[in-house]
Amino acid sequence: MVNDTSTRTIKFGVKDLSIWFGNVPALKHVSLDIRSNMILSVIGPSNSGKTTFLRMLNRMNELNQNSRIEGEVTLEGDDIKNVDVEILRKRVGMVFALPLPLPLSIFDNVAYGVRMHGLKDKRVLREKVEVSLKEAYLWEEVKDRLGESAFKLSGGQQQRLCIARTLAVEPEVILFDEPCSGLDPISTAKVEDAMVELKQKYTVVLVTNNVKQAARVGDLTAFFLGGELIEIDKTDKMFTAPGDKRTDGYIRGKFG
Amino acid sequence: MRNPYRSQKIAYAFLLLSTLLIVVPVGMIVVIIIQKGLPAMNWQFLSDIPRQGMRAGGIFPAIVGTLYLVTGAISFALPIGLLAAIYLSEYSRDNLLTRIIKLAIVNLAGVPSVVYGLFGLALFVIFFGFGASILSGSLTLGIMILPVIITTSREALESVPASFREVSLSLGASKWQTIRHIVLPNALPGILTGTILGLGRAAGETAPILFTVAAFYLPQLPDSIMDQVMALPYHLYVISTQVPNVDEKIRYGTALVLLAMVLFMNLIAIIIRHKFRKRKKW
Repeated sequence: MVNDTSTRTIKFGVKDLSIWFGNVPALKHVSLDIRSNMILSVIGPSNSGKTTFLRMLNRMNELNQNSRIEGEVTLEGDDIKNVDVEILRKRVGMVFALPLPLPLSIFDNVAYGVRMHGLKDKRVLREKVEVSLKEAYLWEEVKDRLGESAFKLSGGQQQRLCIARTLAVEPEVILFDEPCSGLDPISTAKVEDAMVELKQKYTVVLVTNNVKQAARVGDLTAFFLGGELIEIDKTDKMFTAPGDKRTDGYIRGKFG
Repeated sequence: MRNPYRSQKIAYAFLLLSTLLIVVPVGMIVVIIIQKGLPAMNWQFLSDIPRQGMRAGGIFPAIVGTLYLVTGAISFALPIGLLAAIYLSEYSRDNLLTRIIKLAIVNLAGVPSVVYGLFGLALFVIFFGFGASILSGSLTLGIMILPVIITTSREALESVPASFREVSLSLGASKWQTIRHIVLPNALPGILTGTILGLGRAAGETAPILFTVAAFYLPQLPDSIMDQVMALPYHLYVISTQVPNVDEKIRYGTALVLLAMVLFMNLIAIIIRHKFRKRKKW
């Protein structure tokens, strides 16, 4: 599985990408390819630009009025600047660091994105909600209380709800931004299981502060430091024989 | 050495005292008005026109007039104020100009109401030629409560967590969909609070309607929005200061009706707000 990395199709092409917030650079000349149906783990200390990098891929950084972007990101060859932002975000879903249910019922949370994209048929909606909740390993726990507020779920359940909500709009890529940072080990394992399962159908980019998590689930790992991409390689190589001594230092816990 | 337990007690005493200082006068106003006004309450007082130079009869035209004016002011100010608040909090870029505009709106809420009255007289009554009419009065009251509605609505919109917006946008919802389905429903209780404040102020102010609509004595109901009407606050002013020998119970009865109307409107809004609050659980 890990050996055929180069033969997969390129999903995202990132070329010489930089971004500033005001005068502060957050990413400096990052170039890398993200291939389909694999998990790319992005690791690095705080302020290394890894979350900023993730938010480039669905153009969330543009919400900040002070941001200035240079360079290019392509999705299957098309510059994402030329794709309608709503379409782009439908194709590139995102799961945030904290579980962020919307103040709606469990059902309406999962159905939200689908409804926004114009689906009204109740039967189809119910089907999509069920399929998405099953894919996120949450269906069995919530199938009898879909009408309840999503805030009644536990933290781990809420995060899987957020995954289901992202899956419901049928994206091609899913961006995880430290999805387990607020979760206990058991919930973390469940979310990780879901991620590994998801790469059969989706391309997954996982930003994580947990180096071990990157080692467990990532096919490829990228190491960011100070807004720069230090190196990107197959995960087992990164963790056994990294090419840069800073990567080695970070993985061994010497800084960050 | 200071005794922390004692300073805690002193702080508590001051906090309690301040609260009582607020509650007691309000309570006394309500009690006195009810006590002195209640004897005037009967069906005739509420449904009849004023008679014998406003020393007898009822206040029905003034009640209707105030209802018309408040309804007119709200139906003008709420949509415009809400749309402006949405623009300011969701769309406008954060630069010097928007900050000046926001500051100006906040300050407009503190402009004395008689200034709004003069403004209404100049613009609606004279320049637009609406004359002294329900239309002029409603628009003047509407403009007076616009700053309150805009400011409180803007605060309500901005208090909806940014994370909700990000989640909605990240799912591919458009900005307008996000505002319509996530931001507005969660800001509604706060928007209603602003509307309540506006309603109360529009119902109770005398100066803005003085030059623009209020009739000294008009024992009939208006036929159109171009007619003058009587209004409760102005009527209260008239029978308290301009007409001699008006029975005290009629004056306090009028005040009681005005108070009851404002409280009743607030009650409706509070009930609506409570219903929405129950759904809000973050």
